Amino acid sequence: MTALAYTEPAPKVIAGLKDDWELVIGMEVHAQVASKSKLFSGASTAFGAEPNSNVSLVDAAMPGMLPVINEFCVEQAVRTGLGLKAEINLRSVFDRKNYFYPDLPQGYQISQYKHPVVGEGEVLVDMEPGVGRRVRIERIHLEQDAGKSIHDMDPAMSFVDLNRTGVALMEIVSRPDIRGPEEAAEYVRKLRQILRYLGTCDGNMQEGSLRADVNVSVCRRGAYEKYRETGDFSHLGTRCEIKNMNSMRFIQQAIEFEARRQIAIIEDGGTVDQETRLYDPVKGETRSMRSKEEAHDYRYFPDPDLLPLEFSQAWVDGIGASLPELPDDKKARFVKDYGVTEYDASVLTADVEHADFFEAVAKGRDGKQAANWVINELFGRLNKESTPVSESPVSAAQLGGVIDLIAKGDISGKIAKDLFEILWTEGGDPAEVVEARGMKQVTDTGAIEAAVDEVLAANPDKVEQAKAKPSMAGWFVGQVMKATQGKANPQAVQALVKQKLGVE
Amino acid sequence: MSVDNETVRRAAKLARIAVADEDVPGLAKELSSILDWVEQLSEVDVEGVEPMTSVTPMDLKRRTDEVTDGGIQDKILANAPDAREGFFAVPKVVE
Repeated sequence: MTALAYTEPAPKVIAGLKDDWELVIGMEVHAQVASKSKLFSGASTAFGAEPNSNVSLVDAAMPGMLPVINEFCVEQAVRTGLGLKAEINLRSVFDRKNYFYPDLPQGYQISQYKHPVVGEGEVLVDMEPGVGRRVRIERIHLEQDAGKSIHDMDPAMSFVDLNRTGVALMEIVSRPDIRGPEEAAEYVRKLRQILRYLGTCDGNMQEGSLRADVNVSVCRRGAYEKYRETGDFSHLGTRCEIKNMNSMRFIQQAIEFEARRQIAIIEDGGTVDQETRLYDPVKGETRSMRSKEEAHDYRYFPDPDLLPLEFSQAWVDGIGASLPELPDDKKARFVKDYGVTEYDASVLTADVEHADFFEAVAKGRDGKQAANWVINELFGRLNKESTPVSESPVSAAQLGGVIDLIAKGDISGKIAKDLFEILWTEGGDPAEVVEARGMKQVTDTGAIEAAVDEVLAANPDKVEQAKAKPSMAGWFVGQVMKATQGKANPQAVQALVKQKLGVE
Repeated sequence: MSVDNETVRRAAKLARIAVADEDVPGLAKELSSILDWVEQLSEVDVEGVEPMTSVTPMDLKRRTDEVTDGGIQDKILANAPDAREGFFAVPKVVE
């Protein structure tokens, strides 16, 4: 597989009053493992259930309950690690992260601190054709999700639902390699794409299956390069962490706001406090979550209820052998095998279903034409009607049939669009529809000639004008196409019109 | 190793344990002596020795991904001081 070549995008620069500032961003993405049951209990992970119904006595932290790990969740974490070309740790350890909150009945979250299951990896964040950022992944660890607190059901009370408590999360931690708000959003998009290809997380941001904590700092030009050379964080500015973002748009807005806030503080002679902040999308600003500060003393220690997590390299290799083709490889292959542009390849490989659909259409046909039809006609229409590709009224075989009819010269591109419309609304076999409705393109020169003659005879004045002004020929072509209900081969009509008018 | 009064107050706060001011110096002394006692372990040279996680050779027990539990809302809420509409109701905690 020949990989596509990328150059690094320029970092985002924000002009302050005194200086130019660059952004440095690192992310912690929490991806919910697509498992049926929780990480340490047999309760369901189904979304939207009756409150506190998907809760076992383990999740509720009843005395004497012991956690037992879900093997499938471990497998998904390893699978994700392999998908991010990361090092897999055959031995990892679960720790207790201690803090108090009503939606965490244990009083600690079971997480992995010093020995995570997955080590260093990499994500290529493609920004535009030929431009991409390689973001280093520091680690992925497995941990429990907390429950959900609802604050607006009662004026004096918060309501707690533990259904989500104990659901398995993969926390994917990046290095501070992201250099702008758009890159941050693209990073999350790319991660989501890879997770969905792997099937390890459904990536549903509305339902909270994918959430991001964003670390933002600013520095003067040249400082970031010094950090990369030396690994010394002191070259970078003080960072603030914006918690729990579940929308690409808000991530971008929050980073933009936060960077400007920090620049204003520094240029004013102040210092940025390292703190946890919350983004308020209504006000478009971040604000401090002071209560989190004290709690930052998590007093991690190894969870005495759980032995170290150990597995064999052979088991990891088995998972590796079952990995699907991943987005970067698929994209490169589409460019190479089907001759589509890198941009089109990105669109086609956005998710597996779309890519599979395209391949079914393109197989044995002209790749570029297939890409045009799949992207412009089919995806365009699906988007417009908010229909998923799995429920497309026009199948890959039908669309392929349309393209075959064009290739054979049976129908023109214009008629093909009408045919697509019929297939979309009424269905049917493309060749049969064309036959039954007399949509076949007239390639018989005799019939086209007759139609041309008829139009010329009916418009003697225009014929005279056209002889002086050859661009008028187009008008005759239009008339003939109209007279033949678009079935005449446009190239043949054009040639004949010009020939008969005696113009070039 | 010595625990001062401030550390006692901080540990108590993090553990959500109410400690009266007059009890702090006593606790500091007790905690210090406990830590000093445990500290003796550091006299043992464990260079190159794997930490022991279990006294018998055991692997972490695993389960398959099946839903085998839950659906016991009444039991989960049974001990709650206040429960409404299927939720635990707690004093307002909002950022």
